[in-house]
Amino acid sequence: MSLLVVDNLSVFYGAIEALRGVSLHVEQGEVVTLIGANGAGKSTTLRTISGLLPPKTGTIRFDGQTIHNWQPHRIVKSGLVQAPEGRKIFANLTVDENLQLGAFLRTDRTAIRADRDRALELFPRVRERLNQQAGTLSGGEQQMLAIARALVARPKLLMLDEPSLGLAPQLVRTIFQVIREINLAGTTILLVEQNANMALQVAHRAYVIEVGRIRMEGPAAELAASDEVRKAYLGAH
Amino acid sequence: MTQQGLATAPLESARPPRERGLVGTVVNSAWPVAVGLTVAAMMHVMLPTTIGPFYTRIVIDSGIAIILAVSLNIVNGMTGQFSLGHAAFLALGGYTAGMITFYGSLLLWNSPAKQGGFLGSGEWLFAFACLMGGIVATLAGYVVGLPSLRLRGDYLAIVTLGFGEILRVILQQTRPVIDSVEKLKNAGAAQLWPPPVGGAVGFNGLPKYTNLFWVYAFATFMLVVAFRLKRSSLGRAMISVREDEFAAQAMGVNVARIKVLAFMIAAFFAGLAGGLYAHESGLIMSPRDAGFQRSLDYVLMTVLGGRGSISGVMLAAIILTVMPEALRDFDQYRLIVYALLLIGMMLLRPQGLFGIHEVWDWRPRWRSRAATTRSMPAKGGRPNA
Repeated sequence: MSLLVVDNLSVFYGAIEALRGVSLHVEQGEVVTLIGANGAGKSTTLRTISGLLPPKTGTIRFDGQTIHNWQPHRIVKSGLVQAPEGRKIFANLTVDENLQLGAFLRTDRTAIRADRDRALELFPRVRERLNQQAGTLSGGEQQMLAIARALVARPKLLMLDEPSLGLAPQLVRTIFQVIREINLAGTTILLVEQNANMALQVAHRAYVIEVGRIRMEGPAAELAASDEVRKAYLGAH
Repeated sequence: MTQQGLATAPLESARPPRERGLVGTVVNSAWPVAVGLTVAAMMHVMLPTTIGPFYTRIVIDSGIAIILAVSLNIVNGMTGQFSLGHAAFLALGGYTAGMITFYGSLLLWNSPAKQGGFLGSGEWLFAFACLMGGIVATLAGYVVGLPSLRLRGDYLAIVTLGFGEILRVILQQTRPVIDSVEKLKNAGAAQLWPPPVGGAVGFNGLPKYTNLFWVYAFATFMLVVAFRLKRSSLGRAMISVREDEFAAQAMGVNVARIKVLAFMIAAFFAGLAGGLYAHESGLIMSPRDAGFQRSLDYVLMTVLGGRGSISGVMLAAIILTVMPEALRDFDQYRLIVYALLLIGMMLLRPQGLFGIHEVWDWRPRWRSRAATTRSMPAKGGRPNA
């Protein structure tokens, strides 16, 4: 059975229909990416799955439970964790305190410590700056911290919202490499990206979203090869 | 940087694990509490005879101001919810505690006068009354906390301001104090409701139990809670709400619960301080104490001290208590001085004297690093710490 099933999701911002019947599913162990242009509804989809926005219609099932009417903290506790767009780290707290907040809902101290160490192994740069104020980190380091912080929550499904946003190409490659490593270590990932090129290289399957509707779906390699996607998102002519 | 980072990491994990959980909390809190109580008792025994009643009074006022300012800082500083109604909790706690000691004494001892000496029966009734004042304020804190779930910034400030003003007006409508047992026994509903707490003239005739020991005992209690909170997972959750509500939610923080909890904790200690305030000699608890003016005093202390800096706010509470006394001759200009102070502060140091840091964080870098990971320092009950 699928880990996450989103079925016919509609979301409104006031009178504006941001999502018009979005359906997608994520299987255990996959990296699934949701690509699309600005304002297509990518972040709205993630926010709705996280419980931050109420859906008007549709259902969200995660790990066998219906979650679309749950409070956000309960959804996090069930293992569905988001690293939000624009990093959203706690700038006035130290890096270490940020990581501890990732484990806010957990009480198993030894396991938290192990997960924290594992996350820091993935991001040695973050380890170097443990006692530094998070706001003093560079953009790339902040993104690494945001992902590490989400990992400390020990997600069954990690949702990443635009992890490449505003980063230098070199850093983008590093981040995507780590995303692959996180997945190989057993975490399922739902990745929202504008950088379709990188996202399609990392993902197993992909969805293309346009003005609140899923336009295409399929294996990432297939989509990367399709003319339509190449034209619209990969800059090919 | 790499070298340094690699060197510090193993050091950190080599630190002996601190006591955790409920037991750890009690163990780690025990010695600061013991130190604080000892200091409070010593102050009580030694200070009045050495510095005289006037300065003793200022030290008492400072202690009460510390409790109020540091507790307000939990809402305004740590959780980032701007409240302008802290004095309302003070008044609520003060009136509640006053009713318990006044009418309690009347029923128990047939007189509202002080009973027993230091730590005598009257003082224990007083301590109990202060705690009850705190509890009643906590309930009000819950109610006032609810709007914070939907309102932000200025709007929340207006709602909390309104709460204080409403309470002030309600307190003005209360019945006159009933000062003898006979009258109390013969009193009908008309005398007892609204409660007989003095109306606009204030709650006269309360036994004046407040002394250095109780003020600094409760201040110790408050400070230990505040410092432990700041280092705790709950405190970090509060700070995360201040920093970024959305990210806090993404981390699984129940933002609604945290906000209401912050209001309740702050209200509890304000109510407690209200009990101390109501029983301080030379003061009469009056409806005015619930109003905007007094709330602003405490807001000023938190702004001056720094959002989230407990020691900074303590220092500001002391400064802003001592300063009006020193400038007593210029009393009518006090508000102007306050306003200038606030403007100057916003221009020069908008983050407050200490920002989010504690006083002892201001050390050379290699030391401050150790300081941030250290366990809670004792700031028991010294007013000029």
